[in-house]
Amino acid sequence: MAYIPFIVVVWILMVGLYGIVTSRDLIHLIICLIVVQSSTYVLLLGVGYVTGAVAPYFYDVPVHTPAVDPVVQALALTDVVVEAAVTALLLAFAIQAHKRFGTLDPHELASLKG
Amino acid sequence: MDQLLALAVVVPLLAAAAISAAGPLFGRGRRVLDGAAIGVAAAVAVLLLIIMFRTAAGDQVYWFGGFRPARGIAIGIDFEAGPLSAGLASLAAVLVTAAMTFSWRYFERVATYYHVLMLIFLAGITGFCLTGDIFDLFVWFELMGVAAYALTAYRPEERGPLQGALNFAITNSIGAYLSLSGIALIYGRTGALNMAQIGEYIDRHPPGGLVVVAFLLILSGLLIKSAIVPFHFWLADAHAVAPTPVCVLFSGVMVELGLYGIARVYWSIFGQALGHRAGISDVFLALGVLTAVVGALFCFRERHIKRLLAFSTISHAGMFLAGIALLTPLGLAGTAVYVAGHGLVKAALFLCTGIILHRLGSVNETWLHGRGRSLRVTGVVFTLAGLGLADLPPFATFLGKGWIDDSAGAHGLPWLMAVFIVCSILTGGAVLRVAGGVFYGLGDAPSEDPAMAKAADEEKSETDSGKQRTPLTMIIPPAILVAVAFAMGFLTPLGPAVEAAAIRFEDQPGYNATVLAGAHLTHPVAIAAAESTGITTASVLAGAGSAAGALILALLALYWRRLPLLRRGYEPGTGLTTVLARFQSGVISDYVTWIVLGLACLGGVLTLVLR
Repeated sequence: MAYIPFIVVVWILMVGLYGIVTSRDLIHLIICLIVVQSSTYVLLLGVGYVTGAVAPYFYDVPVHTPAVDPVVQALALTDVVVEAAVTALLLAFAIQAHKRFGTLDPHELASLKG
Repeated sequence: MDQLLALAVVVPLLAAAAISAAGPLFGRGRRVLDGAAIGVAAAVAVLLLIIMFRTAAGDQVYWFGGFRPARGIAIGIDFEAGPLSAGLASLAAVLVTAAMTFSWRYFERVATYYHVLMLIFLAGITGFCLTGDIFDLFVWFELMGVAAYALTAYRPEERGPLQGALNFAITNSIGAYLSLSGIALIYGRTGALNMAQIGEYIDRHPPGGLVVVAFLLILSGLLIKSAIVPFHFWLADAHAVAPTPVCVLFSGVMVELGLYGIARVYWSIFGQALGHRAGISDVFLALGVLTAVVGALFCFRERHIKRLLAFSTISHAGMFLAGIALLTPLGLAGTAVYVAGHGLVKAALFLCTGIILHRLGSVNETWLHGRGRSLRVTGVVFTLAGLGLADLPPFATFLGKGWIDDSAGAHGLPWLMAVFIVCSILTGGAVLRVAGGVFYGLGDAPSEDPAMAKAADEEKSETDSGKQRTPLTMIIPPAILVAVAFAMGFLTPLGPAVEAAAIRFEDQPGYNATVLAGAHLTHPVAIAAAESTGITTASVLAGAGSAAGALILALLALYWRRLPLLRRGYEPGTGLTTVLARFQSGVISDYVTWIVLGLACLGGVLTLVLR
């Protein structure tokens, strides 16, 4: 059963990539990028998960209580921050594209020379 | 004194914060802030150069917060500086300084955030070069990336920059997330994030399929960043539309940083566990050669000067990858010198292109034909830089490439030299064709390609064009960069020192001991024997030959219509052009498809090789 999270990770990654490849709308495309990144959250948390363990704050619990790995949670948080920055910037680009050229279709945007 | 390492990142970040905070206070006196930003970049450059010379004797390690490793287990986060990593970071700082000096008079109205973004970009580069922690490698990669995406779309009111920035951001972000997945896998296997610690762990335990998968995933982000075929499509789009001073950094160091990342990850984590097999060397050699050839062909057919230079960067990235893939100290040392020489020369070429855009208002080679005669100094600098790009002795490019050739020849790969010469002739020939046509009006204007001309004519509004004279702040930086690249070729007495640095870079047990035990190794062990760093006659001939070949090719390209045999109205490579253009569609989904396909193929090949 331990491999189920990893199947989910691959599934989310593939869905996200498929969405990016077939997307005809920038907002949809950016959301798909977020989906791709979500696979890394699941992967990180899956890697650090310990069956039957408690959340990693060591207050009011007996010594030697098993806890899930706090490092991956810190990594996932950092990952969220990075994603927030990238997504905000990309959405700003999408808004500009819509304002100036009235389209959100990457194909139209590419063929629209000048 | 190891705190210097931390300062190299902290100073530009704090300065960026301070400058953006002080922006509103200096309504009119914005120039003060611009000057301060340039000063900070120059200070960081000096700092990094000092670090580079200090580390010549031995690598320096700095543990943040004083969390030193306990009993050989890294519990903190470290910066690790060797001559090569500090050298690459100082190259970046020098180029940032040159680009910001150039920008002083270049933009009509340069907003404060331009300088802030440049400083953040510099901090990201420095952190990426110096970090010893694999997760931080990802964080710096993205920090550098976000600043770069924003700089690409500096003029968001136009289609080109917007589209280029989108393609750049999405492809690179996908790469970063794939790298992160690899990092998560390797953390799950080893329980460590410190590169030395991971390397030590997977060396002691038999590497399984998971390690190979993690290797591939971590590499994928770095391969996309370093624009290796077939992951290179975003680069030309982004480079052609970013403001010219920003292109200096993209071409000069950002692409090379991806390659540095590959070398760092390979030599400090995977190399020893995977056994430095010949198969790995072959795979990356093949990728490098493919990239070098494809980039050179695209470069030669281009009429948009910035895109032309961007494709030449792709070609050179392939040559650098081939140099690293030799897995020899001399190959790596040669690559390091080649990267430095190429960075300086390419930066000078981009800055001269900026001057062309500033004075003449176009980057369309066909339209510009013969119109640049009044730009005498710029023409001379551009031509010299073009010759440097074609490896004319004694430019640093010649020295570095000569070493790679020597090392390849000594390891039974003499054909690599031929590939390098052909690529140098094509890229150097393309640049010299531009120089001869634009600045000296030689021959006939190359034929107009409507699509390319349109794209090239779009490049207007970033600069206050039509100025009557070139400001000194714009011509002096490229001139100095070319002079430095030229002078570096005379540093042959330093050859053994550079090779020693490369040996140290490739010595994984030594790296582990330095990081985890604080040892200072005086005699690192090379996995391949050190070779002579002298200049051989063959390399001089190859360098001079490729420069001469590039000149001849440039003249042929300018005068071929006057040759009696060919006066038929036939344009060479017209059929090829449409085929090639179909690949470079500018649509993001095509690029992502190529990335997925490329990774699948690379994964298959690596699995076969490492079985």
